[in-house]
Amino acid sequence: MLKKRIIPCLDIANGRTVKGVNFVDIRDAGDPIELAKRYVEEGADELVFLDITATLEKRKTLVALVTQIASAINIPFTVGGGINSLEDAKAVILAGADKVSINSAAIKYPQLITEVSNYFGNQCVVVAMDVKNTQGNWKVFSHGGKTSTELDALEWALEAERRGAGEILLTSMNNDGTKNGFAIEITNTISEVVNIPVIASGGAGTMAHFKEVFQETKAGAALAASIFHFGEIPIPQLKTYLQNQKIPVRCL
Amino acid sequence: MIAILKYNAGNTTSVKNAVERLGYSCVVTDDPQVLQKAAKVIFPGVGEASTAMRYLKKRELDILIQSLKQPVLGICLGLQLLCKHSEENDTSCIGVFDAEVKRFPNELIVPHMGWNVLEVKESKLLKGISVVDDVYFVHSYYAEVSKDTKAICNYGIDFSAAMQKDNFYATQFHPEKSAGIGEQILKNFLEI
Repeated sequence: MLKKRIIPCLDIANGRTVKGVNFVDIRDAGDPIELAKRYVEEGADELVFLDITATLEKRKTLVALVTQIASAINIPFTVGGGINSLEDAKAVILAGADKVSINSAAIKYPQLITEVSNYFGNQCVVVAMDVKNTQGNWKVFSHGGKTSTELDALEWALEAERRGAGEILLTSMNNDGTKNGFAIEITNTISEVVNIPVIASGGAGTMAHFKEVFQETKAGAALAASIFHFGEIPIPQLKTYLQNQKIPVRCL
Repeated sequence: MIAILKYNAGNTTSVKNAVERLGYSCVVTDDPQVLQKAAKVIFPGVGEASTAMRYLKKRELDILIQSLKQPVLGICLGLQLLCKHSEENDTSCIGVFDAEVKRFPNELIVPHMGWNVLEVKESKLLKGISVVDDVYFVHSYYAEVSKDTKAICNYGIDFSAAMQKDNFYATQFHPEKSAGIGEQILKNFLEI
């Protein structure tokens, strides 16, 4: 049976992880390689690296980092943040990333989804969408949630799929950072309608939240950052819990 | 020397990294002489079947692959291209394995992406792998179960997760992305 995936997300700025970590035996908490290796050992199913300060001059730092990550870990990983062109995607994928995550650039220029998909196959293209419920409507936001767009969340998800996305990374801005649980309703709506995997993101605070999102939606994966970094929920413990709740997960 | 076939399908970086992590030296090449002399050949692949086959045929690499006598390992699209025919753009493939490659039915979420288990038959490649060991898959097409099938995976339907005929081995999953279990499988291949 296909397992539900648990995906830690690492925010990268200038080649270092930000937000810090408190793993006891990590020598350098800001080193993304150290942290990534730790997550692999703990049984993370995939990793996502988001370059949150991606600018043109920082691009080379990112590609060098991707090369290092690729030689250090043996599970799939996605790289996102500032992927604005097919050239950007090529640089990161050829350095060893399995997938690229496209967000604002896909909103501005949806053809980019198709270009990357045609070049590398749709399994390499994750369309990340930050959505927010305002007055009962789920709308898409760009530029790290700072800019509102007129796009309806469900319509944008369907368009992303039609244009060649292989996966959707759905982050609810209403839930992100609250630790009150994933946005079940919109995750359910989108994962029921699209025919590609959906990664639920934003709001994880307890192990029960993971159970809930997997039981009540068709999401194939759940992503979180701080609860893993700060060791609030150790991955092995989360996997054991989910397994006991009859949710299919990969246990080491 | 281990040779990894260089062609237009794919990301050979991950395979090269995985082989090197196991302490083997390898080269990514499309040079027929290097390929023929290599101790083992790995035929990876991520991409689309017809584009990949056109590229291989143009350079007669399809004939070369078929003629190899050393152990060959096809991975993902590599497995599919070693089959007879693929539904993906109605592509005639290399034909080492007498099997047809089909698209997953529309009612499933496609690609089949993530970790799944194997039902292993007798296989040198999968020595030591048990029913609880997950490996990483990402694919929209699958090879049907045939006489060359050495491991079955189920995603809505049973399909070939690993195949072998003579010196040709192949996995639909990505051993290079399957953590410790994948490492064991690659090690098994490198030690054949």
